[in-house]
Amino acid sequence: MMLDNLAVAQVVAPLAAAPACLLPWRRVAWLLATTCSGFSFACALVLLGAALDGGVVVSEIGGWPAPFGIEYRIDLANALVLTIVSGISTIVLVTAFASLDGEIEPGRQPLFYSVWLLCLSGLLGMAATADAFNFFVFLEISSLSSYALIAMGRDRRALTAAFQYLVMGTIGATFILIAVAFLYLSTGTLNMADMAERLPSVSGSRTVASAFAFLTVGIGLKMAMFPLHQWLPNAYAFAPGAVSAFLAATATKVAVYGLVRFVFSVFGVDYSFGSMPLPLVLAALAAAAVLVASTVAIYQENLKRMLAYSSVAQIGYMLLGISLASPAGVAAAMAHVFNHALIKGALFLSLGCLAWRYRSSVGAELAGAGRAMPFTCGAFVVGALSLVGVPLTAGFASKWLLLSAAFQAGWWPLAVVVVIGSLLAAIYMWRALEVLYRRPASPAPVREAPLVLLVPTWVLALANVYFGFATEYSVGVAEAAAAWLFVATP
Amino acid sequence: MTDLVLAALFVMMIMTALAAIRLTDLFAVVIMFSIYSLLAASMFVVMDAVDVALTEAAVDAGIATILMLATLVLTDRWERPSARLRMVPLAVVCLTGAVLLYGTLDMPIFGDASSPANTHLATYYLTESPGEVGLPNVVTSVLASYRAYDTLGEVAVIFTAGVGVLALLGAARSGRGGAAPMRDNPVPRVIAKIMIPLIILFALYVQLHGDFGPGGGFQAGVIFAAAIILYAIVFGVDAAAQVIPPAGLKVMMTGGVLLFAGTGFVTMALGGAFLDYDVLVRDPLAGQHLGIVLVELGIGITVAAVVISVFLAFAGRRRAR
Amino acid sequence: MKEFLLHYHYWVVVFLMMTGLYAVVASGNLLKKVVGLNVFQASVFMLYISLGVVDGGAVPILRPEVTVYSNPLPHVLILTAIVVGVATTSLALALVVRIKEAYGTVEEDDIHRRDEAE
Repeated sequence: MMLDNLAVAQVVAPLAAAPACLLPWRRVAWLLATTCSGFSFACALVLLGAALDGGVVVSEIGGWPAPFGIEYRIDLANALVLTIVSGISTIVLVTAFASLDGEIEPGRQPLFYSVWLLCLSGLLGMAATADAFNFFVFLEISSLSSYALIAMGRDRRALTAAFQYLVMGTIGATFILIAVAFLYLSTGTLNMADMAERLPSVSGSRTVASAFAFLTVGIGLKMAMFPLHQWLPNAYAFAPGAVSAFLAATATKVAVYGLVRFVFSVFGVDYSFGSMPLPLVLAALAAAAVLVASTVAIYQENLKRMLAYSSVAQIGYMLLGISLASPAGVAAAMAHVFNHALIKGALFLSLGCLAWRYRSSVGAELAGAGRAMPFTCGAFVVGALSLVGVPLTAGFASKWLLLSAAFQAGWWPLAVVVVIGSLLAAIYMWRALEVLYRRPASPAPVREAPLVLLVPTWVLALANVYFGFATEYSVGVAEAAAAWLFVATP
Repeated sequence: MTDLVLAALFVMMIMTALAAIRLTDLFAVVIMFSIYSLLAASMFVVMDAVDVALTEAAVDAGIATILMLATLVLTDRWERPSARLRMVPLAVVCLTGAVLLYGTLDMPIFGDASSPANTHLATYYLTESPGEVGLPNVVTSVLASYRAYDTLGEVAVIFTAGVGVLALLGAARSGRGGAAPMRDNPVPRVIAKIMIPLIILFALYVQLHGDFGPGGGFQAGVIFAAAIILYAIVFGVDAAAQVIPPAGLKVMMTGGVLLFAGTGFVTMALGGAFLDYDVLVRDPLAGQHLGIVLVELGIGITVAAVVISVFLAFAGRRRAR
Repeated sequence: MKEFLLHYHYWVVVFLMMTGLYAVVASGNLLKKVVGLNVFQASVFMLYISLGVVDGGAVPILRPEVTVYSNPLPHVLILTAIVVGVATTSLALALVVRIKEAYGTVEEDDIHRRDEAE
C-alpha cells in the first residue's frame, strides 16, 4: 500500500519542489534541491529492495485502473535505473554548492536548481511509467529542462549546443509521438502491458512496423546512438560542470532503458528480434559507435569533449549487449548502464574539480595538475582505469559480461570490437593522464579542490572499485533484471 | 459539403506551408505560419475536435506567433537566400516520408467507427464517464481526471519553459520598456481599452465553462495572458509590469503548480491514490468535480503567468547592435 | 471525391509533415528552423486527430439527443502535445535571441565560421 505511493512520490516530489526553489536565496534553493533529490533516492532504494524480493510495484494514478488511467510499474529493470538517476543527482548536487559559483551568477542559481529538479523528475518519470504517452510527456520534461540547463554554461557555444540539442531532441520526441500514434491506432490503448497483449494479433501490420522504426529512431536520437549523436559532444563540453556530470551519467541511460522497455515489454522479443532486423542494425551501429567515437576522442583537446565522445562509445557497448538478444547480453547492457554512470560521474566530477581551480577543461591548460591537485587527479585515474576496463573495477565487470555474452552467442566480431574499443579508450585516457602528470607544472602553484567538491568525486571513484569487487549488487541485479525481462515478455 | 471544406483547407494549408519554407522575408514566414495554424484550427473544428481547435488557435496562432515576431524584432528580418535544394536533407526527409506513408497503408479508413483506436478506451470514456466523473465534456473528464497525471506533466513542461526563458533572458527590465509607440495613437488605445476587459471576461468564462463546453485551464490561461500582452503592446512594458509585477508572476507560476500537485498530495493524505478525487468529498462525483475545478484553476494560473513572463522577458530585451 | 479524400488525406498530412521537417534540417536560419519545427509538429497533430474522427459522429460533449461521438482520447493527447510544442518553441526562441546577442548573427554557417575562427 505504501509502496505504490512511494513510486509516485519519488517523481512528484522533485516536480512540486521545483517551483518552491524560486526563492531569492541560492543556498536555501540548493538545500531544498539536494534534500528532495535525496528523498527520491531513498524511495528508489526502497523500491529496489521490493523489486529484488520478486514483486512488481504497481501504482494506479488517480485511482483509475489501467488502461483507463495511467499506471506506474516498478520492476527490477526500472528500479535499477531509478536508483542510479536519483543517486547520481544527489551526489552531483552536493558538488554544485561550490562548482556553480564559478559558472552561474548568484541571482540565476535558484532558477538552475528549479530546472534541475524538473530534469530529475522527468528522468524518473520516464523510468517509472507503464504508459506510452506518459513516457512521452516526461521525456519532454527532462528534455526541455536539459536544454535550459546546458544553455546556462558560461561559454557562448553552450547556446548553440543547446539549440542543436533542442532541434534534434524535438525531432526525436516528435518521432516517438508518431510511433505512439501508430501504436494507439493499431491497439486502441496507451498502456504498455495492454498494448503488449493486443499487438500480437496485428503484428503483421505495416503500421506497427512503421511504429517500431519511428520509435527506435526517436529514442536513438535521445540516447545519442551513432549516427544521431552529433548533439552530444558540444552539449556535454560546454554545459556547466555539474550538468555535464549529471546528464552524462543519466540522461542517455534512461533512453537506453526506454528502448529496452519498449522492445521487451511492448513489442516483445519475438517481434523485435525476429520480424524486425533489430539485432543486425543495432549491432552494426553500435560497433560503428564504439570504433568511430573512440577514435575521434583521441584527437580532442578539450577533455570534456573527449569524455563526451567516450560516452557515445559506451552507449555503443550497451547497444551491443542488447543486439545479442540474449539474457546475458541484456544483463551486460543493464550492468553497463549502472557502471557507466559511476565511471562518467567520477570522471566528469574530477574534471569539475580541475575546472574549479584552472577555469578550463582544455588539456594544454591543465598541464601539471597531477602534482598540484593529487587527490582530484587520483580520482580521475581511478575513473580512467574503470573506463578502460582494468580488472577489479566496475568497468571491467560489465566489459567481461559483454565479452562472455558475445562468445556465448557466437558473435566473435563483436568481441573483437569490444577489445579494440578498450584499447582505444586506453589511448585517449593515456593522453589525458600524460598531460595531467608528465608535462612540467605551470608556474603558479594551485591548491587542492574544496572538500565539498572532492568528497562526492571520491565517493563515485571508490564506488567504481567497490562495485568492481562486490559485483553481486550491480551485475547480480542486472542479471536478475534481464532474466525478468525475458520471462515477462509477451 | 464537409469534404469540400476539408479539401479547401488542405489546399490552403499546402500553399501556406510551402510559402513558409520558401520565403526569405522572415516576417512573411511568421505570418504564413500564423495562417497555417489558423487553418489547422479550422481543420480541427471540421474534425470535431473543438477543444483542440481552441487551444491550437490560441497557442500557435496567438502566442507562438507573437514570440516569433518578438524574436524577429530582436534578430534579423531577412534570411540569407540559398537557391539550390539541399540534397542530403531532402533525401532524409523523403526517406522519413516514405516510412510514414508505408505505415499509413494499413491504417483504417478515415472515420471508421470500429477501428481499434475508436473502440476500447474511447467507448469506455464515452459511456462510463457520466457515472464516474459526471461532466458533459468528455475531453475535460479524461484530461483532468482519468489522465490527470499527463496534464500535471504538461503543466511541468510549461513551467520549465517559463523558468528556462527567465534563466536565459532574465525578467523584464524597465527602462527599455518605456517605449510605447502606440500609446499616443487614439485608435489602438481606445480599442484596447474596450477589448481588454472583454478578453479577460472571456478568459474567465472559458476557465469555468470547460466542464460543459470547449475550454479549460490551458485555453483560459493563454487568453488571459493575451489580454495582458495586448495591454503591454499598446501601453508599454513598464505599464504592464506595474499591473502585474514580475515577482507576482513568479508567485503565480509557483502557486499554480503547487495547487495542482497539492491536490494530489491531499488525496494521498486522505488515503487515496495520487490525484484520486473520489476521496476529497464524501460523494465521489462531487469530489471529482471539486478536484477538476481545483486542478484546472492551477493550470490556468500557471499558464497565464508563464506566458506573460515569457512575453515580458522578450519585450524587455534590448536589440543587439 | 469522398473516396479520394478518405484514402489520400493521410498523404496530404504526411506531405505537410515533410515540408516542416525539410525546413528544419535544410534551413540555415535558426528562426526558420523553429518555424519549420512548428509546422512539422502541427501536422503530426492533424494526423492524430484524423485518427479519431468517426463518420457521423459529433463533438465529444455529451448531449441527450446524440448517440455517436468522435473519439475524445486523441483530443486529450494533442492538447498536451500542443502545449509541449509551444513550450519548446519559447525556449528555442529565447536561445535564438541569446545567440544573436553572442554571435551577431542567426545564420548557422556564420556561427560555425565564428567558432572556427576562435
